[in-house]
Amino acid sequence: MTDKISYMSLEVSHLTKFFGKQKALNEISFAASPGRILGFLGPNGAGKSTTMKIITGFLAADSGNVTVMGKDALASTKEVSRLIGYLPENNPLYLDMYVREFLEFSGGLYQLKGSALKSRILELLHRTGLEPEQHKKIGQLSKGYRQRVGLARALIHDPQVVILDEPTTGLDPNQLVDIRRLIQEVAKNKTLILSTHIMQEVEAICHDVIIINKGQILASESLENLKSNSNKTVLVLETEEEMELEWFANVGKVDFGSKGRNELLVASANPAETRKAIMQIVQDRSLNLISLNQNKKNLELIFREITNAES
Amino acid sequence: MKSLFLKEINSFFGSLLGYLVLALFLVALGLIVWVFPESNVLNYGFADLESLFTYTPYVFTFLVPALSMRAIAEERKTGTWELLRTSPLSLIQILLAKYFALICLVLVALLPTLLYFYSIVQLGDPVGNLDQAGFFGSWIGLIMIGAVFSAVGLFASTLTSQQVVAFVLGVFLCFVLYFGFSALADMQLGNFSYWAEDLSLSYHYINLSRGVIDSSDLFFLIGLIGLFLGCSVLVLENR
Repeated sequence: MTDKISYMSLEVSHLTKFFGKQKALNEISFAASPGRILGFLGPNGAGKSTTMKIITGFLAADSGNVTVMGKDALASTKEVSRLIGYLPENNPLYLDMYVREFLEFSGGLYQLKGSALKSRILELLHRTGLEPEQHKKIGQLSKGYRQRVGLARALIHDPQVVILDEPTTGLDPNQLVDIRRLIQEVAKNKTLILSTHIMQEVEAICHDVIIINKGQILASESLENLKSNSNKTVLVLETEEEMELEWFANVGKVDFGSKGRNELLVASANPAETRKAIMQIVQDRSLNLISLNQNKKNLELIFREITNAES
Repeated sequence: MKSLFLKEINSFFGSLLGYLVLALFLVALGLIVWVFPESNVLNYGFADLESLFTYTPYVFTFLVPALSMRAIAEERKTGTWELLRTSPLSLIQILLAKYFALICLVLVALLPTLLYFYSIVQLGDPVGNLDQAGFFGSWIGLIMIGAVFSAVGLFASTLTSQQVVAFVLGVFLCFVLYFGFSALADMQLGNFSYWAEDLSLSYHYINLSRGVIDSSDLFFLIGLIGLFLGCSVLVLENR
């Protein structure tokens, strides 16, 4: 094993992409190293998928460079495609194929054959927990199992770099936990990039975070740094009634939380004072308080702050 | 490439559509050659299979686009196109794998018509009294027509992600190539008629069916295949 960050297995520099006149990516640069999970976080339409599609060679860039394991990914796409395992958004699969048949076909595309392919498929079926489903048609599988098939396919040629575009969208909470565990296991000795618009996901499994919005990188740091750099404390207020942002206008920077208008996030440099002010408003408006919590490291608010400040 | 080729063949024979298309093709041809009073060989009284070779291109105009319509369109619609394009296969390899799979299907559709040949040989008086060179020339001509239509159908499938649109476009293009140019030639437009005749598929097909396999006819047909496959590559590269 090489040292943690002794080399970068994936480097993207000054990547720019236009769709018509619209600039989808604006001079994006970042790098990823083995053994760490890089989370690509951004609202829908931020340019996450576009970046991933360019790295995998599906889209051409207008300018910029991508190197994968030291090789120019934009020039020698064929060679680089063997180094990358890619799970596209929405996990496209041939629904009328059997799980095993599909993996055999996918292995064939990467020139795997014979006993090597067979043992690789057995290993992946085991690791992804697909063994009981291997003789079913993919169309008969639940979404969680389809996601495992997609992952197994992306890993069939034992790639060095694994790119997962929104791998957990649409999964139920149990499936979510399973797939995340699988991703963490896969990432142990590979470079893994995943995109998501869910903050909790980044908090749960990523080591590094890139926040992207409107084709620009707004933050690119390790998760710990990102959390500690934001020195503001976040107060989370939950009430039975729906609230209005303007009630709290003089308290500080406020926003609704993930539960909608019943949950309010308040950023504050002086939590003790802010708490008092909030309680005063709750009393004045005779709101039914459910909880008021203090959360130092709420990534959700950091994300909102960063992406909203730009817009 | 081999694995994509096999997947195409499997997906065809793994679905009802595949058998349906083949069955309908053979039923239609069987009716035309042996049953329908206008065209059947038995009433005609001569030991040849002209009706088979006259009507099969008509059936192919619909059959081949029906086989080829999903080739690219469906992959693009379901997103699996992204899986293929990010694999080590080049665009040309993907197209060729799909194209050869189509040709195989056309061959599978045509193979049973060899039974017709055997039947006519046996029905001839004396037995075996049949223009064999003419038969095999026409048969090779049919394969070539199928090969050209496959390339045209594949091209139509690259233009859209809607299978039905790909089918309609494919039928239209095949129709223009086979019948359109020869119809133009019949309109007595002087020099232009000559060119139109030379561009029509049916003209070269009829040449082959005389039993003379002329290299200029083959070059024309192979050139057409190359043209449509090349256009497919261009269309897909620019998306």
